[in-house]
Amino acid sequence: MTVETHDLVPLRGAPDWLWYVGVPVVGVVLYLLYGQLIPISEWVTALFPVARDSHTGEAIAFFVYDVPKVLMLLTGIVFVTGVLRSWFSPEKTRAILAGKRQVWGYPLAALLGVLTPFCSCSSVPLFIGFVSAGIPLGVTFSFLIAGPMVGPVGLGLLYGLVGWEIATIYLVFGFTIATVAGFILGRMRLERYLQDWVRELNAGPVGDLPEERLSLVDRLKIGVEQVREIVGKVWLWVLVGIGIGAAIHGYVPEEMMLRIMGGEAWWSVPAAVVVGVPMYTNAAGVIPIVEALLGKGAALGTTLAFMMSVIALSLPEMIILKQVLTLRLIAIFIAVVSAGILATGYLFNFLL
Amino acid sequence: MKTVKVYGPGCARCATTEKMVKEAAAKLGVAVDVEKVTDARSIAMAGVMSTPGISVDGKLVHAGGLPDAAKLESWIGA
Repeated sequence: MTVETHDLVPLRGAPDWLWYVGVPVVGVVLYLLYGQLIPISEWVTALFPVARDSHTGEAIAFFVYDVPKVLMLLTGIVFVTGVLRSWFSPEKTRAILAGKRQVWGYPLAALLGVLTPFCSCSSVPLFIGFVSAGIPLGVTFSFLIAGPMVGPVGLGLLYGLVGWEIATIYLVFGFTIATVAGFILGRMRLERYLQDWVRELNAGPVGDLPEERLSLVDRLKIGVEQVREIVGKVWLWVLVGIGIGAAIHGYVPEEMMLRIMGGEAWWSVPAAVVVGVPMYTNAAGVIPIVEALLGKGAALGTTLAFMMSVIALSLPEMIILKQVLTLRLIAIFIAVVSAGILATGYLFNFLL
Repeated sequence: MKTVKVYGPGCARCATTEKMVKEAAAKLGVAVDVEKVTDARSIAMAGVMSTPGISVDGKLVHAGGLPDAAKLESWIGA
């Protein structure tokens, strides 16, 4: 997910005690409000001059319930993640991973990919920084796949909207794909397919910055800034995603969904991947769609494949990486990750 | 005259950082030459992995995220 910021004025002025009191109070208020969302949304839906059980009524109810729900969940998750991630940085991650050539470098990289804060706009310097520090290419890929694939935003929304079972399945398989795909890519000895200048590059030592000492309040502030930044950026995607989800929920007949995305059609999994890769949205935009698809009886494997390919493989990300990877390497990368997604999709369609 | 370099591929955050550097310099009355480094290769060569990064007279002082305004003044004013 691209994280950019607009003019952020650092929060200042509030004394420390206000943070210690304010954050829990806001948390409790949001929690209580969250519990009342069904009655509130039904009340709002009743204001529209349409029958509640009509197609339009269903779509409106879905939208009115999901929008505040998703935005509240997103706020909470982004805040908690922002605070947790303040203990990590790309520099620390690089120091941990450098020299780890053993097999468990891959799962470790995937784990750190989830915990390390980085924005896709700096994935090129990060990639070079990793590779020039002697971190194997495959381990670097595990890191880069896991970051977006198993992002906390996606997991949290999945948990809130679809349930913990599917969130757990997604977590386990997303993590496994990142680890295994990195391992396979590492085995393929792809260093020769890096852009020439990257191979010749002997990047300078990473700047030895003194580690910043952050107080708990500093970390809470980082959480709040993350919320302003990320929620400020993705809310529109969320609305569009929920709009599409509402349309599916209200209007698409179940028989049609079963025919297109049911487990019977063998081609539905690859089709989901082919549709998903060029789609550029993010976890927050795609999960309301996933919720609606599953509600209409779409097969779990097909839906998982769709979601994973939308989130983990994005065209803009590939264009950024084109600066350091040759087209051939990008193609191999996409092929290996897609294979993992396909396997996951078929597995679940077969099991369920 | 101090040379300040702002490393970043051109995200909004990097532009904000550049603006903050200029504002801090104006506030302190320090003459600075602000250069924006957007080329990925040069960013990596400077040892910056998380952008935006800032260096003052060749010394890297910050990497990743918006700088704290007070700290920024201390780097430029020093």
